[in-house]
Amino acid sequence: MVHLERLAPPDSNLRPDIDLVSELGLDSVKVMDLMLDAEDEFNISVPLNVLADIRTPNQLAQAINKLLESR
Amino acid sequence: MMSLFDKFQSLSDARHALIQTEPSPIGTRIDEILSSTEGRVDGRSVILAGTNNYLGLTFDRDCIAAAHDALDREGTGTTGSRMANGSYASHTRLEEELAHFFARPSAVVFSTGYVANLGLIGTLAGTDDVIVLDADCHASIYDACRLTGADIIRFRHNDASDLEKRLRRLGERTTNALIVVEGIYSMLGDQAPLREIAAVKRRHGGYLLVDEAHSLGVLGAHGRGLAEAEGVEADVDFVVGTFSKSLGAIGGFATSHHPQLDMIRYASRPYIFTASSSPATIASVRTALQIVDSRGELRQRLWANAERLYHGLSRLGFELGPEPGPVVATLLGSPQQGVAFWHGLLDHGVYVNLVLPPATPGGRALLRISVSAAHDTTQIDQIIAAFAALKPMLDHHEQE
Ligand SMILES: Cc1ncc(COP(=O)(O)O)c(C=O)c1O
Repeated sequence: MVHLERLAPPDSNLRPDIDLVSELGLDSVKVMDLMLDAEDEFNISVPLNVLADIRTPNQLAQAINKLLESR
Repeated sequence: MMSLFDKFQSLSDARHALIQTEPSPIGTRIDEILSSTEGRVDGRSVILAGTNNYLGLTFDRDCIAAAHDALDREGTGTTGSRMANGSYASHTRLEEELAHFFARPSAVVFSTGYVANLGLIGTLAGTDDVIVLDADCHASIYDACRLTGADIIRFRHNDASDLEKRLRRLGERTTNALIVVEGIYSMLGDQAPLREIAAVKRRHGGYLLVDEAHSLGVLGAHGRGLAEAEGVEADVDFVVGTFSKSLGAIGGFATSHHPQLDMIRYASRPYIFTASSSPATIASVRTALQIVDSRGELRQRLWANAERLYHGLSRLGFELGPEPGPVVATLLGSPQQGVAFWHGLLDHGVYVNLVLPPATPGGRALLRISVSAAHDTTQIDQIIAAFAALKPMLDHHEQE
């Protein structure tokens, strides 16, 4: 969420189920860049092919949890 | 239900909001090509400074003569793929000459550079493998990655320590990891820190692929690209490149010191299922490759022009890419400013490329100038003068 605040337009209402692309207007490159930060924070690598299915911050958190558990 | 076309509406709206009139900076129609550095756009003569024609070979007399000769002898097209009837003696000779040029055992010729990336990367890596690529890599590399079903991991642009961190996280999987970078990046014209990247590869294992699309003929004592210039060719497992820039034609290739490279011919769908380059194209490329090898003065002229342009614009206070090179990028504030500036340049007789996000790194609009050995100093100075005359447009914007 912290990383998202930096990328989202000012005064957007960030919700866990907001659609990063269609609601928040982030382009695919911004979403990929968001991932670089999240990967460093959790010391994991989220492959782009996994990222393709992710639309909301909630789904992102779930994907990260899954990767952390599978370690 | 949504129609098939609905998803294009937002793209169309975005374009329309920005551009309503011809000539358009996107898909500009060049009405006439007068030489490798001059053309006509919308009734105006312009200096072509956005054509990737780094050595100016599109109008080289020897290249044209070779193409003419092949056209007369072998006809307009091969009408078939490399796998079927589209491998003429000249295609095979070009592969031998490329292998010799790169001092590697073999090379494979593809129909374009885009197809070369699909054909090599898309075939090398499979579902259990992992590709680690620079975040700013070209779309053809991203598309190739998608074909593989491999795990695709990006590292921060030109950051060898970030690459190392990501390889470390992969643990044992690095042994088979394919690391992908470019020699010179197409948007900002910056070079990869290839010596550091090669050192990371030596420490962690994996295979290193360098796309030398913009550095072939431009860097290295023989023009073999960044790997040659940095003295790390032994660490580079695969080189991919294109005939569409310094070689002035169309087509692509891959070369490697692994003798197994030849086997991808049997597995690579982008090699098998598309027609091969026409005989005339192959003939002009063979001549252009000889010129790259034998006329080092072209490289010197290209670099003198690149330095002159880069430092000229830098002195004027433009925000540029990090280093001089055949691509000089001017970063602008907004897409609107980019469109206005592009039109202004055209009015001053200068054609460059306008590139808009998301195709640009960092989401900035940029004007991408490509320099050629065929530009003369007067043309370079005219480009600088046009930028100088239009500079107030940007300053005015900043004060708003
Ligand atoms: C880095 C890179 N790779 C590959 C390509 C594709 O080359 P081609 O025009 O031959 O398809 C380009 C050109 O746009 C490029 O910049």
